[in-house]
Amino acid sequence: MLNDITFGQYFETSSIIHKLDARIKMILLILQIVFIFLANNLISLSVAFGFVLLIILLSKVPLRMYLKNLKAILPIILFTAIINLFYGNEGRELFSFWKITVTSGGVINSIFLTARIVLLIIISSVLTYTTTPNDLTDAIERLLSPLRFLGLKNAVHTLAMMMTIALRFIPTLVEETQKIMNAQKARGVDFENGKLKERINALIPILIPLLISSVRRAYELAEAMECRCYNGAEGRKRMKQFKIRYYDILSALISVVFCLGIIFVNFVTG
Amino acid sequence: MNNIIDVKNVTFEYTGGERIKTVIRDFDISFARGSFTVILGHNGSGKSTLAKLLNGLYKPAVGDVFVDGINTKDEKNEIEIKRRVGMVFQNPDNQLLASIVEDDVAFGPENLGIEPEKIRERVDNALKTVDMYDYRKKSPHHLSGGQKQRIAIAGIIAMEPECIVLDEPTAMLDPKGRKEIIDTIERLNREKGITIILITHFMEEAQNADRVIVMDNGKIVADDIPANIFKNAEMLKSVGLDVPQTTDLLIRLNNSGLAVDTNAISIEEAAEKIATALHSEGI
Repeated sequence: MLNDITFGQYFETSSIIHKLDARIKMILLILQIVFIFLANNLISLSVAFGFVLLIILLSKVPLRMYLKNLKAILPIILFTAIINLFYGNEGRELFSFWKITVTSGGVINSIFLTARIVLLIIISSVLTYTTTPNDLTDAIERLLSPLRFLGLKNAVHTLAMMMTIALRFIPTLVEETQKIMNAQKARGVDFENGKLKERINALIPILIPLLISSVRRAYELAEAMECRCYNGAEGRKRMKQFKIRYYDILSALISVVFCLGIIFVNFVTG
Repeated sequence: MNNIIDVKNVTFEYTGGERIKTVIRDFDISFARGSFTVILGHNGSGKSTLAKLLNGLYKPAVGDVFVDGINTKDEKNEIEIKRRVGMVFQNPDNQLLASIVEDDVAFGPENLGIEPEKIRERVDNALKTVDMYDYRKKSPHHLSGGQKQRIAIAGIIAMEPECIVLDEPTAMLDPKGRKEIIDTIERLNREKGITIILITHFMEEAQNADRVIVMDNGKIVADDIPANIFKNAEMLKSVGLDVPQTTDLLIRLNNSGLAVDTNAISIEEAAEKIATALHSEGI
């Protein structure tokens, strides 16, 4: 089923995390991130680590998938770690060079921050690996729906509709780009060789046809939507109603226990 | 009221800057409930414009179009008109807007504000009708052209329209996809009693219709049962259409002296007619 998803990171397994309601997953994600950042000593940080490890195991997504995501942002992690070495002047001085002093406090700071970022990346990956882009879009629409009380009902609906259509048309446009490129190659356009400027110029004969055909598609799609009685958010009801099931509640409870655990450990040891 | 759509004295024109191009002239036509009409015409004959006039996507400059007695100019009934007359277009890719088949089919009924359980029921039924139920969880991206077009038809059926207008639904499909679509359309007409207005330039698609209308230059050139239309080879050629190959063969045989009945559309029928003719000639 993996080739059914051509966009996003969705990784199909039969885990309980996959079955959770996407809205619940999103809310819990935010909650967990906040509490991971509240962990301020070694023990509470280990609690957070343990919790994230548990989620990874439950998701049944191979560990290497998470490591792949971490690798992608390794430069950012390293950069943050190094910069943070020089911050803070607590603890004893380890070494000093020109105007820069590294203290033991700085080292600890840096380790903590790195650990938090790693946890943050992993736990966010859990969401994208276990939720289809469609479910994510739906969840965003539903989570933002309270904004309708601010008179933003149509704005929320429009945003969600745009995301749905974008997801639907990404593969179509990728395919079309490929076709145009082949057509231009057949006419002798060289995409691979030449100076940077030449290569950028070679993209113009791709972008212009692509733009024109996208506008045409948009126009036709709009007519087709009109023919299917589309009238914005007005009077619209969704077929798929999200139901909260016992494992949604269970996962919420576990997350709350985790958050309380962090606070408790912080309080006892701090 | 026996007619689902009445077109009364309609003229429609495009204005591009200084120039005015009349695409539909003094058009008068009615479509009976439950009928299967094919509209033939070459490119630029005004047939696509006519399609868009039928469900109020375009409003006539002169004259009126009535759907189930409602004037398409009536802004308040816009949704009611589109619910009654569904429309399927040429390019299946540009009609589907969700990444999951069943979500796409649900789009129409969702807009109508039907209860969720009822939507589910309609979606399942529509998908079964076009024989795509097994693909309900798939992404349209992975389907063939004919399958995508069937999903587009399912999306219209799910709104339970009385009439479906199809504007060259097979133009972008391969022969297999074309057959799937024509079979589906004919079944919808026969089994569900949905009025079908099929716009096309493929003559073969008209053979099982109740009525064929030939359009040229914004006007009706002929309006008759398929057999009578196909016999009239000169008229068809004069409006830039090709006679079906079988009819063409029979007419040629006739012209070269074989007394064969040219009233046949399908290959089997034609073969039979030729056999009879040969038999009576004593060959």
